[in-house]
Amino acid sequence: MSRTLAEKVWEAHVVRHGSGAEPDLLYIDLHLLHEVTSPQAFDGLRLANRKLRRPDLTIATEDHNVPTVDIDKPIADPVSRTQVETLRRNCAEFGVRLHPMGDLEQGIVHVVGPQLGLTQPGMTVVCGDSHTSTHGAFGALAFGIGTSEVEHVMATQTLPLRPFKTMAINVDGELRPGVTAKDIILAVIAKIGTGGGQGYVLEYRGRAIEKLSMEARMTVCNMSIEAGARAGMIAPDETTFDYIKGRPHAPSGTDWDAAVEYWKTLRTDDDATFDAEVHIDADELTPFVTWGTNPGQGLPLGASVPDPEQIVDENERVAAEKALTYMGLEPGTPLRDIRVDTVFLGSCTNGRIEDLRAAADVLKGKHVASGVRMLVVPGSMRVRKQAEEEGLDKVFLDAGAEWRQAGCSMCLGMNPDQLKPGERSASTSNRNFEGRQGKGGRTHLVSPLVAAATAVRGTLSAPADLEN
Amino acid sequence: MEAFTTHTGVGVPLRRSNVDTDQIIPAVYLKRVTRSGFEDGLFAAWRGDEHFILNQEPFKAGSVLVAGPDFGTGSSREHAVWALMDYGFRVVVSSRFADIFRGNAGKQGLVAAQCSQSDVELLWKLLESEPGTPVTVDLTDKTVRAKDLVAPFEIDDYTRWRLLEGLDDIALTLRHEAEISAFEGNRQTWLPTTDPLQAV
Repeated sequence: MSRTLAEKVWEAHVVRHGSGAEPDLLYIDLHLLHEVTSPQAFDGLRLANRKLRRPDLTIATEDHNVPTVDIDKPIADPVSRTQVETLRRNCAEFGVRLHPMGDLEQGIVHVVGPQLGLTQPGMTVVCGDSHTSTHGAFGALAFGIGTSEVEHVMATQTLPLRPFKTMAINVDGELRPGVTAKDIILAVIAKIGTGGGQGYVLEYRGRAIEKLSMEARMTVCNMSIEAGARAGMIAPDETTFDYIKGRPHAPSGTDWDAAVEYWKTLRTDDDATFDAEVHIDADELTPFVTWGTNPGQGLPLGASVPDPEQIVDENERVAAEKALTYMGLEPGTPLRDIRVDTVFLGSCTNGRIEDLRAAADVLKGKHVASGVRMLVVPGSMRVRKQAEEEGLDKVFLDAGAEWRQAGCSMCLGMNPDQLKPGERSASTSNRNFEGRQGKGGRTHLVSPLVAAATAVRGTLSAPADLEN
Repeated sequence: MEAFTTHTGVGVPLRRSNVDTDQIIPAVYLKRVTRSGFEDGLFAAWRGDEHFILNQEPFKAGSVLVAGPDFGTGSSREHAVWALMDYGFRVVVSSRFADIFRGNAGKQGLVAAQCSQSDVELLWKLLESEPGTPVTVDLTDKTVRAKDLVAPFEIDDYTRWRLLEGLDDIALTLRHEAEISAFEGNRQTWLPTTDPLQAV
C-alpha cells in the first residue's frame, strides 16, 4: 500500500497497535530535555519510584532560562537558578547526559540535537517544547509534548498516540533573491491560519523546498506548530545526508551505508494521498512580516496594516482589533513605516550559522540606526564559536550590535533579555504573542535579512531598501 | 488522576479566539520546579485589567471556561493546564483546541469539551445575560447543559474512558512492558545513542 513519509515513520515505530478507541503505542528514538518542562516529570518518576528507562536515548541542555551575558557568574534570578540547578541534580541522579552553561555543546535544544548528529531521518524525536517540530527537517517525526508526556517517555520510552492526518504543503517554483525560508513559513501560516494544521503532520514538498539548505529546512519545520501542526517533515535527500555525515553521532562505515539505504526509502510514495493539500507559489513570495499578535497575522513587507473593519469573519475581526490596540498600530500604516526599538537575531527558528551569515552580510560596513539596539544571540555555543572563526562577531560588533552567549534569549520572557512595556521589536523568533518577549512588548516576526536591514534603517525593511 | 463524570459550576464567557498558552500563563511563571500554586499566573497579563472577566463577580469563582476558537495554541507548556486547574477550572469549552493543549488537558483531568461555535455563542449570550448561571458538563453523555441549552461536545473516546476511570497513562503503558522490550530488541543497530563519545 502506498504511504506518505509520515505514515512510514509512524509504522516503523508502532510497539503495539491500539484496538478501537485505544491509541497506538509509539517508540521514541530520542528524548531531548531542558530545564523548564522537566522538573515535575522527574519528580513524578521519584514519587512513583520509577526509573528513567533509556538514559542512553535522552540528552539535556540548559536554554530557556540562561542569561546571555556574564555566564561565568551564578544566574542572578534565584528562581531561574533553582530551575537550572534542579535540572543538573536530576540529570546526575538519573544518569542523563547534560550540556550545561559554558559547555561548547550547550545551546537551544533544537540547535544542539541536529548539530551533534543526534537527529537523523526516520527517527521519532520528542521534547517538552513545541518547537521540536524543527527536527522534522531531517525526515524525522518530531513533536512537542507536555510534562506528563515527558514523564511518560522517561518511564516507558513510548507514547500512546493516535495517528496524525497528513497535509502536503507544496511550495513550487523558485524563491526570488532576498526571500528566505522564514518568508515561506510565515506565508504558509498566514494562508492556513494558526489552527489550519491542527491534527496534521505537514509535509513540505516541491522544488523550492528541495533547494533549501538543511538549516533553512529547519526554519520551515520549526514554525509548523505556529500553524497548529504538531509536526512538519521534509523528505531526506542528499542535502540531508551531506549535513549529517561526519557529525559526532552520525553512523559511520558500513552503518552509514545501511542507514543511507534506509533513509532513501523515506519519501512519500508517488501514488500516496494526503488528507489535505496546500499550494504556495515560491515565485510570488516577498519578504513577509507580522503585524499582529499571532503568527498568522502576517503580510508582505510592501503591504499596510490591515483595517479590521474590512475583515468579514467576526472572530478574526475582533482578534485584529485587539491585536492593533495591543501593537499600537493604525490601519493603513505602511508596514515599512513601523519604527522599532529592538532587533533580535536568534532563537531555534533563526539562530544557526547561516542565519548569522545572512544578517552579517547585510550589516557589513553599515551601522545599526541610532536609538535601536540589536541583540545577536547564537543558537548554541558551537554556532557562536564558528561565527567567531568566520569573523561574524566583528561584523556585528562593528555595526553596533551586541554579541551574546547562546540561549533562547529574547524569544521568550524567561531570562533577562526582554522588551520593556511598549517597546517594539523586529524579531527572527517564532511567536508574536502578547507579552511573549516581555510584558507589554510588541513583536514583529521577520527573517534574518529583514532583521538586519531593519536594524540599519530603524523601520521594518528589506535589504533591497538599503540600496535606495 | 481524579475521575471525572459530571461537573456543575459557574460558567465564564471568554470572548477571545486564539488564546495561546503564553496568555494562559506567561513564561515568567514557568520557572518553578513545583507542581502546584500556578493559579496566580493564570491569564496574568489580563488579570491586571479590572474589567477582565475573572475580576468580576460571579465569574471569579468560575470552573467552566467558555472560550473562542483555537484555545491553547503555541507553547507546549503543561503549566497552562495546571494554572487553569489550580485556579479551579475543571472544563474548558471551545470550538477548536490546539493539539498539545488538548493532550495535556487529558493527562491532567481537565476536560477539553469541543462544542460547535454556534453553541459557544449561545453559551456566551446566556452567561453574559444571566451571570452565574450554573453550567453542567456531563462526560457520560457528552453534553454541556445550562438552563434550557443542551450542547453536545466531542472528546475522543479513549481520553473520555481514561477520565471517567481516572486512570494513569504510565501504569497503562507499563502493562505492555514485554512488547516494548521486544521492540527495543529489533531496533536498527546504527540508530544513535546519547552516550558520551570517546575522545579521539
